Amino acid sequence: MATSVVDHAPASHHEPHTGIWSWITTVDHKRIGILYGVTAFIFFLLGGIEALIMRIQLMKPDNTFVSPELFNSLFTMHGTTMIFLGVMPLSAMFFNYFIPLQIGARDVAFPRLNAFSYWVFLLGGLFINFSFLINAAPNAGWFGYANLTSNQYSPGLNTDFWVLGLQILGVASMAAAINFFVTIVNMRAPGMKMLRMPMFVWMSFITQILLLLAFPVITIALVFLMMDRHFATHFFLPEGGGDPILWQHLFWIFGHPEVYILILPSFGIVSEILPVFSRKPLFGYTAMVFSGAFIAFLGFGVWSHHMFSTGMGPFADAFFSLSTMLIAVPTGVKIFNWIGTMWGGSLQLKTPMLFAIGMVAQFIVGGLSGVMHSVPPADLQQTDTYFIVAHFHYVLFGGAIFGLTAGAYYWFPKMFGRMLDDKMGKLHFWMMFLGFNITFFPMHFLGLNGMPRRVYTYPGDLNFEFWNQVQTWGSLLLGVSFLVFIYNMWKASRRPADAPADPWRGATLEWLIPSPPQEFNFADVPPVHSATPAWDLRRAGGGTLPEPQRVSGAGIHMPRPSYWPAVTAVGVLVTIGSILFTHAFSQWYFITLTGAAILIYGIYRWAYEPAF
Amino acid sequence: MDAHSHAQGGDHAHPTPGLYFKVALVLFVLTALEVLAYEVGHGRMGADLQRIVEPVVVMLLLVLSAAKFALVAMFYMHLKQDPKVLTNLFIWPLLLAATVIAAMIVIFSYWRVVGAK
Amino acid sequence: MSDAAAHAIEHPTTTGIDSRKVAIWTLIGSECLLFASLISTYLVYKGKSLVGPLPHTESQCMLHGKMQACEPIFSIPLVTFGTAVLLFSSFFVVLALYGAQKGNRKMLITWLSATVVCGLFFIGMQVYEFSHFYHEGLGYTTNLFASTFYTLTGFHGSHVTVGVIWLATLLVMAIRGKLPAGKSLNLEIAALYWHFVDVVWIVIFPVVYLMR
Ligand SMILES: [Cu+2]
Repeated sequence: MATSVVDHAPASHHEPHTGIWSWITTVDHKRIGILYGVTAFIFFLLGGIEALIMRIQLMKPDNTFVSPELFNSLFTMHGTTMIFLGVMPLSAMFFNYFIPLQIGARDVAFPRLNAFSYWVFLLGGLFINFSFLINAAPNAGWFGYANLTSNQYSPGLNTDFWVLGLQILGVASMAAAINFFVTIVNMRAPGMKMLRMPMFVWMSFITQILLLLAFPVITIALVFLMMDRHFATHFFLPEGGGDPILWQHLFWIFGHPEVYILILPSFGIVSEILPVFSRKPLFGYTAMVFSGAFIAFLGFGVWSHHMFSTGMGPFADAFFSLSTMLIAVPTGVKIFNWIGTMWGGSLQLKTPMLFAIGMVAQFIVGGLSGVMHSVPPADLQQTDTYFIVAHFHYVLFGGAIFGLTAGAYYWFPKMFGRMLDDKMGKLHFWMMFLGFNITFFPMHFLGLNGMPRRVYTYPGDLNFEFWNQVQTWGSLLLGVSFLVFIYNMWKASRRPADAPADPWRGATLEWLIPSPPQEFNFADVPPVHSATPAWDLRRAGGGTLPEPQRVSGAGIHMPRPSYWPAVTAVGVLVTIGSILFTHAFSQWYFITLTGAAILIYGIYRWAYEPAF
Repeated sequence: MDAHSHAQGGDHAHPTPGLYFKVALVLFVLTALEVLAYEVGHGRMGADLQRIVEPVVVMLLLVLSAAKFALVAMFYMHLKQDPKVLTNLFIWPLLLAATVIAAMIVIFSYWRVVGAK
Repeated sequence: MSDAAAHAIEHPTTTGIDSRKVAIWTLIGSECLLFASLISTYLVYKGKSLVGPLPHTESQCMLHGKMQACEPIFSIPLVTFGTAVLLFSSFFVVLALYGAQKGNRKMLITWLSATVVCGLFFIGMQVYEFSHFYHEGLGYTTNLFASTFYTLTGFHGSHVTVGVIWLATLLVMAIRGKLPAGKSLNLEIAALYWHFVDVVWIVIFPVVYLMR
C-alpha cells in the first residue's frame, strides 16, 4: 500500500471543485452517486404524478378526466419510468456512493466508465420523456407485448421512443454493471474476503450479475422489434410466419431477473439497517448470502410464470409453476433471518428502522400473493386484473421503494453531513405506510372481483367505485408523504453540516470516515477481520470510536476529471435516438452516422487520455 | 503491468508458440471433420455411410464444436493457466446460455410434437 | 504523467488480476446471453419460413418478379474457408501476444498484421456471401430464415468489425513503438475479445450452416 506517502496533517480546506463544469467532468463515485440520486428522484416524482393522474381518472365510474389514449400513455410511462428511471437508478445511487465506501476502495474500478453510465442514463431518460412534448409518449405497456407494438397497431413514434429509449438506458445499465461487478471482485480492502462483505455489497454484487445476464436478452428482443417496425421484418408478426409469443419469452427471460434487479438492492439495505438498529449482528449471514445467490440462480428459470395464459401446455406450466414455488424458499429464508435479527435485540425505532421493518412486512404480503399466482389455474383467474397490480406494488413499492427510502434516511448523514429530522421522518413513514396500504390493499379485492388492469375506466354497475375511491384518497396521502420527505431534506440542507461520522453506531467501513467523506474516501484503509469491521474497532476501543479528522491527503492520486465520458454518451444518444427518423426521413441517416462518429471519436479520446 | 502478474495460480508453464501451433492444427482437423460429418450425413459419400451417420450427425457436430470451443478457451484464451475466477466468469454464463437455448427449443417444439400424435 | 508515477499509484487488486482483464471477461460472459438470444431465435424459427429461398433445401421463391423453384442457398465451401481463416487469426493473435509479452516487436507486428488481414478477409467473405444471397433472392425481409440469419451473422460480423478496428489500432501503436512489453495487457484484452468472437463463430458454423 502507498499509505506511507499520504499526508495526515489536518485538512486546511476541502472540496476544491465547484460549479457546473466540475459536475459534468466529475469521475468521483460519490458525486456521480448524488447525480444519479437527484436525477432518479425527479424521474420518480414524475412517475408518481403519472400514477396520481390515473388514480384521479379511476376515482369514479365512466370518468373523463383523461382520454383513453392518454391513459394508455400514463400506465406505460408510469411502469417504464418507475422501473428504469426510478428504482434502478435510485439503487445505482447507493451502488455508486456506498459500494466503494463499504469495501474500502478509493473509487470504482473504472471512474470514467461510471460517469459515462450516468450521462447515458440521463440522456436516455430525457429522450424517452421528450416523447410527451410531441404528444407521442409510449402507450403499449411497459412490457410492450407483440404484436400490439407493430406498425399496424402502434402507428406513430410512441413505441419507437420506448424501444430506442430502453436501448439507450440498457447501454447505461450494462456499463454500470460491468463497473460495479469488477469493483466488488477486485477493489476490496485487505482482509475483506467474499464472506466478509457487507450484505448490501453482496446483494449489489448479485444484482450486477443479474443485470449482466438479463440485459443482453432484452437488447436483442428490442433489436428484433426495431427491425419489425423500421425495416419490415416479421420477427413477431404472424403474417410473415413470426410468433408474437417469442417476444414474451425474450421479454420475460429478461423481465423476471429484472424484478430481482429491482428488489435485491433493497434487501441489501434492509440487511444493513436491521442489525444496526437491533444492536445485534445479522442473523444467519451465510444463509443470507446463499439464499440471495439461489434467488438469482432460480430467477432465470421461472420466466414463463408470466405467460401461463398463453397456453404453453402442461409440461411448461408444471415446470415454471414448481420453479416459482421453489423460489419462495430462499426468499422465506431471508425473511426468517430478518426477523431472527430483530428477535431479542434492543430495537431502536428510528426512521430508517421503521422503513426497514415496513419493507419486511409488506414484502411478505407481496411474496405471498406471488406464490398464489404461481399456480396456473389461479393465475388464469388473476392475470390482467388488479390482483396482479396489488401483488407487484407490494413487492416493488412496499418492498423496493420502502427499502430505498430506509437507505436514504440511513445514509443521508453520510452523504451530506446533515441529519434528517427524525420526527418528520416518522411522520413521513406513517403517512407513506398508511397511504401505500390504503392504495394497494383494496386492489386485491377489486382484482379478485374481476376488475381488469390497463383499462381507462369502468361502468358504474360493477361495484368497483367504493374501493377505487378509497384507493385514490390513499394515493393522495402517499403523494403528500413525499412532500414531507422533500421538506425534511430541504430543512436539513439549511442546517450546518455537523453530522457525526457515525450517527447510528454502524458496523461497516463507511462509518469510520468523516461525513461527508473526503474525495479520496480513506486516508488509510483499516484491515478487515470480520463482516462488521467498525464494530470490531469500537469493541477494541472500549465501546467508543474517536471522531475521524479531515486530513490533507496530499500524496493520494485520484483520477482526473474528464469530459469524454459525457461526449461519448452524447454519441450513444444520437446514434440510437436518430433511428427514430427512419420512418419519415430515411435520408436523415447521416444523423446516425454523425452520432457514430461522435461515439468513436469520444472512445478514442477517452482511451488515449491518461486516467490519473 | 508485468505480463506475468496474472499468473497467480500458475503451476502451469506458459504455453509456447509450438503448443499454439499444435492447437491450431487440431482446430483445423476438427473443422475438417465437421464438414466431413455434414457431407457424409447428407449422402454425399453414398447411402450406406449416410444411413450410419445421419442419425448422429447433430450430436457429432455438437461434440466437435464443443471440442473446438474448449481448445480455444483453454489455450488461446489462457483459461488453463489463468486464475480460476476467470473461468467462472465464462463458464456459468455459458451454461446459462446453453440452457436458455435448450429451453426455448423445448417450449417452442412442444405443441408441434404433441400435436403430431 | 510519467509511467513511473502511474505505477506508484496503482493499487494491488484483490484477485491479483488487472481490473481491465476482469472487465473484458465480464463482458464476454454477458455477451454469451446476447448470442444465446440470437441463436435461440434462429433455431425456434427454423423451418417456419413461408417462402424460399431456404438454407439447405429446394423451395419456391420470388425471383425476378415471379415465383420459381430455388436451389438451397448455402455454399458450404465458401463458409468453411472463412471459418478456417477466422480460426487461424486466433492462432496468429496469440503469437502476436507472445511476441508482445517477450518484447519481440518484429513478432508482434508480423502476427498482429496477419490477424488484422484475416479479420478483414472474414468480413470480406461475409459481405460477398450476403450480396450473393441477395442476388439469389434472399433479402433481409424475404422470410424468417433471412431475418434471423442476417441478424445473427450480422451481429457476429459487427463484433468482428469492432475487433478488427481495435486490433488495427493496437497495430498502429505497435508500429509506432508504443506497445512495449509492459503494456502487453492492452493486446491481451483485445485478443481475449477476438478469441470470443472466434468461439461464437465456432458455435454458429455447425449450428447454422451444417445442421439441416
Ligand atoms: Cu416473474
